[in-house]
Amino acid sequence: MEHAPVIEVSNVYKSFKTVQAVRGIDLRIGHGQFVAILGPNGAGKTTLVEMIEGIQQPDQGEIRIMGKTWKGNETYLRRLIGLSLQETHFIEKLNVWETIRLFASFFSIGKQRCEEVLSLVALEEKRRAWVVNLSGGQRQRLALGISILNEPKILLLDEPTTGLDPNARREIWAILLHLKEQSETSMILTTHYMEEAEQLCDYIVIMDQGKILKQGTLTGLLGEIQDLPVKPVETRRITLDDLFISLTGRHLHD
Amino acid sequence: MIERISNNQLFQLIMANVKELIREPGVLFWGIIFPILMSLGLGIAFTKKSDISTTIAVVGQTRLISLPSDSASILSDFLQKNKAITFKNDPGSLSVKLTVPDDKLGNTHFIFTEMDWPQAMVLLKRGNLNMLLDEKEGIIQYHFDPRNPDAQLTYLKLSKLLNATGPVIRETNTEVYPLTVTGTRYIDFLVPGLIAMGVMMSCMWGVSYAIIERRSKKLLRRMVATPMKRSNFLIALISVRIAMNFVEAGLLFLFAWLVFNITVQGNVLALIILFVAGNFAFAGISIFLSSHTAKTEIGNGLINALSMPMMVLSGIFFSYHNFPEWSIPVIKQLPLTMMTDGIRSIMIEGAGFAETAMSVVILTSTGLIFFIAGMKIFRWH
Repeated sequence: MEHAPVIEVSNVYKSFKTVQAVRGIDLRIGHGQFVAILGPNGAGKTTLVEMIEGIQQPDQGEIRIMGKTWKGNETYLRRLIGLSLQETHFIEKLNVWETIRLFASFFSIGKQRCEEVLSLVALEEKRRAWVVNLSGGQRQRLALGISILNEPKILLLDEPTTGLDPNARREIWAILLHLKEQSETSMILTTHYMEEAEQLCDYIVIMDQGKILKQGTLTGLLGEIQDLPVKPVETRRITLDDLFISLTGRHLHD
Repeated sequence: MIERISNNQLFQLIMANVKELIREPGVLFWGIIFPILMSLGLGIAFTKKSDISTTIAVVGQTRLISLPSDSASILSDFLQKNKAITFKNDPGSLSVKLTVPDDKLGNTHFIFTEMDWPQAMVLLKRGNLNMLLDEKEGIIQYHFDPRNPDAQLTYLKLSKLLNATGPVIRETNTEVYPLTVTGTRYIDFLVPGLIAMGVMMSCMWGVSYAIIERRSKKLLRRMVATPMKRSNFLIALISVRIAMNFVEAGLLFLFAWLVFNITVQGNVLALIILFVAGNFAFAGISIFLSSHTAKTEIGNGLINALSMPMMVLSGIFFSYHNFPEWSIPVIKQLPLTMMTDGIRSIMIEGAGFAETAMSVVILTSTGLIFFIAGMKIFRWH
């Protein structure tokens, strides 16, 4: 990886009671890099992101964000990170503008940046609408807008488009691609939509059962499939799903 | 300056909680209108002098109206002599209504209804009547449960009337002096209890449930992923709830003052301090209660498990001295009892700082202990 590391995950393990969620992960994410963590449910993607986010402590190993560990640097690191979850229910009886202003106040951000974000996520018309009255896609755009309020150095997106219809998903992708062009934010995106990873990210990490099976650029990974023992029989375009099947014998959605 | 305040996270958190509260129509009803309706209903039911109506089953061979061929009957002679009103009730049984007027205690209406034993027993079990009357060989027989105070009262009143030789006269009760002055009525007992109960319920649902719900919806996790001060989140939630409790209690008191002429006979400042201490106690308990679970169903159960026993035991609607003697020292230590007793002592007995100081200290300490314990195990995600 050619970029300077913004996130360094070194030999990280994490267990919950009898389940080993993450087993010896090593990962380096560079400045401005968009990384997709692909894997089926239970692969350990969310646990890895939660450890990077600082809300879970690794049992073993170390995580450094901009060269710093979470211990003793929480206030500093929180200012650098933006986060959007699969489904966040904001306060239902606040409107869009009030919700943005609330989260902006946590970063001491003024109205001007709030206006910019409102425009970026195309929710100006819904400015006075209560959160409870927004559609699923609008809510997710609001969540994404809030995650980029502080112009984060690192953006963590945990399955941001799961459950959305194709149009709403593409709207989210457009916002993220715009962000990729306009800023130097590094992004980690967990997803089980291979198309999403292909569209948005320049580096792919494939996880299963708490381990990284493969990581590399999209072209590099798709090229590797030719060398694997199980190859897709169809003549259609080779995808990351084919790679996952070759590695595990299962689909990403299983 | 205004921009600086509006960018302040504590200000924004407080405003978010205020807006959430006032935009919820249920808050207006359950927080303000419901307690007022309850005080109105219970106040009217138990404070105003009202007539008492008692149904008595007349069973066996006893008749309410004697035929010329019948032998003499104490009951029918008594009813005839007093010109009781005869009517047929719904099932077609013969009934006779006798009214004993009373200026001070309220009129008593005795409704005698002829029925057979099985029917009378069914109505007795249902609580529709509390006495069965039979007359055998010139002697009135009273059948009732001696542990039922209403039945005892019916017996005392009725036996006095039936044993008297003359007609029923208006009771003048020169020896009776009704105590209806402020502080001795049921409504005076009730309103402090409703105020304390309102604080408990408001904290339990407004703080505990709000935290659990926000945790279950991942909003807490989302908020602590920012540089938001966790203390600000809790300060905003609790302070808005306490402010709301002041409004609710104030409106309930205002209503009780206007309708029932309730006043604070003791020290108002001591009442405010006790009220804040009670709020603090229940806010602390609420934080502890909501410290760990992310399931609203469990939160529901926890809140009910804690608040329902206190509602029953703490003397909100009736005195806890009706409970067994051994349990009273325990009941007195419950936060709701302590707050209710304290408010009552200030409002009714004219108490001040000295009499309520211990309650203020204990309630504040309770809040502090539960708050600290809750924060030790608090899960933000």
